[in-house]
Amino acid sequence: MAEPSRRTGAPPGEPRLVGYLYALPALLVFAAFLLWPILRAVSLSFYEWDGLTQGTWVGLDNYLAVVSDPTLRAPFVHALVLVLFFCVAPIGIGLALAGLMSRVRLRGMAFFRTVIFLPQVVATVVVGIAWSAIYAPQGPLNDVLSAVGLDGLATAWLGDEVWALPAVGLVGTWVFTGLCVVLFLAGLAKVPPALYEAARLDGAGPVREFLAVGLPALRGEIAVAAILTIIAALRTFDLVYVMTSGGPSNSTSVPSYEVYDRAFVEGEVGSAATVAVVLTALILAVSIGINRFAEREVT
Amino acid sequence: MTGLPERLLTYAVLVAAAAFCVLPMIEMLWLAIQPDRVGDTGLTLANFGTAWSAGGFGTYLRNSAVVSASVVLLATLLSCLAGYAFGTMAFPGSSALFYLLLVGLMVPSEAVVVPLYFTFSAVGLTDTYLAMIAPQVAQSLAFGTFWMRAYFRSTPRELVEAARLDGAGHWRTLWSVLLPVGRPAIFTMALLVFMWTWNEFLIPLVMVINDESLRTAPLGLANFQGQYTSGAALLAAGSVLVALPVVVVYLFCQRYFIRGMLEGAVKG
Repeated sequence: MAEPSRRTGAPPGEPRLVGYLYALPALLVFAAFLLWPILRAVSLSFYEWDGLTQGTWVGLDNYLAVVSDPTLRAPFVHALVLVLFFCVAPIGIGLALAGLMSRVRLRGMAFFRTVIFLPQVVATVVVGIAWSAIYAPQGPLNDVLSAVGLDGLATAWLGDEVWALPAVGLVGTWVFTGLCVVLFLAGLAKVPPALYEAARLDGAGPVREFLAVGLPALRGEIAVAAILTIIAALRTFDLVYVMTSGGPSNSTSVPSYEVYDRAFVEGEVGSAATVAVVLTALILAVSIGINRFAEREVT
Repeated sequence: MTGLPERLLTYAVLVAAAAFCVLPMIEMLWLAIQPDRVGDTGLTLANFGTAWSAGGFGTYLRNSAVVSASVVLLATLLSCLAGYAFGTMAFPGSSALFYLLLVGLMVPSEAVVVPLYFTFSAVGLTDTYLAMIAPQVAQSLAFGTFWMRAYFRSTPRELVEAARLDGAGHWRTLWSVLLPVGRPAIFTMALLVFMWTWNEFLIPLVMVINDESLRTAPLGLANFQGQYTSGAALLAAGSVLVALPVVVVYLFCQRYFIRGMLEGAVKG
């Protein structure tokens, strides 16, 4: 949340009480449909409630269950696995690709950028359906495997307790790699060419040059990419709903899916609200933590 | 300074990355033009027609259009007003209120949707457009206000001063000076809100339970997938129809999309 530098330290604009009037409609809608529900979620999390009858006050029991109940702990562990696929892999691949692309002036760069960014704009429900087709037992992935003589590896990817979660994760890699590449390219474009020349004069090879000049310049962009992708990983819902419904045997259950399932299928609204509150807290902590980290490193 | 081998290697890597990005979509398009009935051969466009009418996607797309247009209009209007206040005026508590709005950037809809469902349900508002529109307007306001505030702060002070010397009040200054100049910023924000609303799945899923005629495009598609496990071609055609509007807008305005997402992300 870097504050843009203000003109000579003066307060923005003039003191005007009419500002309240302009901000009021937005604040009212925001308070009614976002803040109030969040507060309600917090209060629901202290109850055991089936959504129909009178709820029972249970204090912190729902929160203790998130720690002690394996069926509530597992979704958070799965979300951490997804972070590897949504965040670590795209940032790694993104750095490599952006480093490579920024070294050479190529024709068709705009085209590559458009294509690589495309997965960002396709509805995740559609993405989930497309990848379900790819992972299907008779789908293209298994076709390719048997074509290269690896029939032994072919399996029903989404029906396999071991493979289902990585299979969903790989879709996240697919979605977010392009975003990271485009983000890093924009960052690298801001590096003064003189810095590269200096590194080259020092005899640095392409990799050393990138590590010494490009990478440090990308610190801010990496932090942004990490926040966006970690939040996306923690919030994964559409993909799991469409591809696996949390199965097989809960091997792909994730916090958001758990919230939905408990509130609207199982009739455990208090527990659902608790998972939602914990998830929100985690997301806030990750965003604030990474921001702090990125800012401290710079100074 | 770079040699031919490096150029070729870079091209090869890029082509591979681009292929990885588009192959799932090509596969979807390819499936969508296969004959739906076993035994038929040749490629066909009939699946799109079948999905549109018999599959109900015509209705779903219309609902998505209604919801997206409402959210974009309302969120844009309210964001411009609030951004104007936070960007150009100082009033007691303004930064505290602004940071409160920013929290909305990070709050996941999962946390909002559960209590909201029970509130709406108690007053009989589930299965309405309003139940889908209101929460999404609230969510878009966080980004929108933040985005418009940044725009208003970047406008040259002289512009406002000149307008004031001409006798324009704050209302006229906003509508006839600042907003016309800010069209690119407003357009970018509207595009992003459109994309997020069109693609949103959880809120319609929770808010539309009984009334099938209110399903939005992603919701209709997910239900379609659950119902007809065999009709792969129809499912693919439906998927293409659902994804197409945003993809087409993206292809035409990709500069705005990419800049908006990058700037929005970096500033956020």
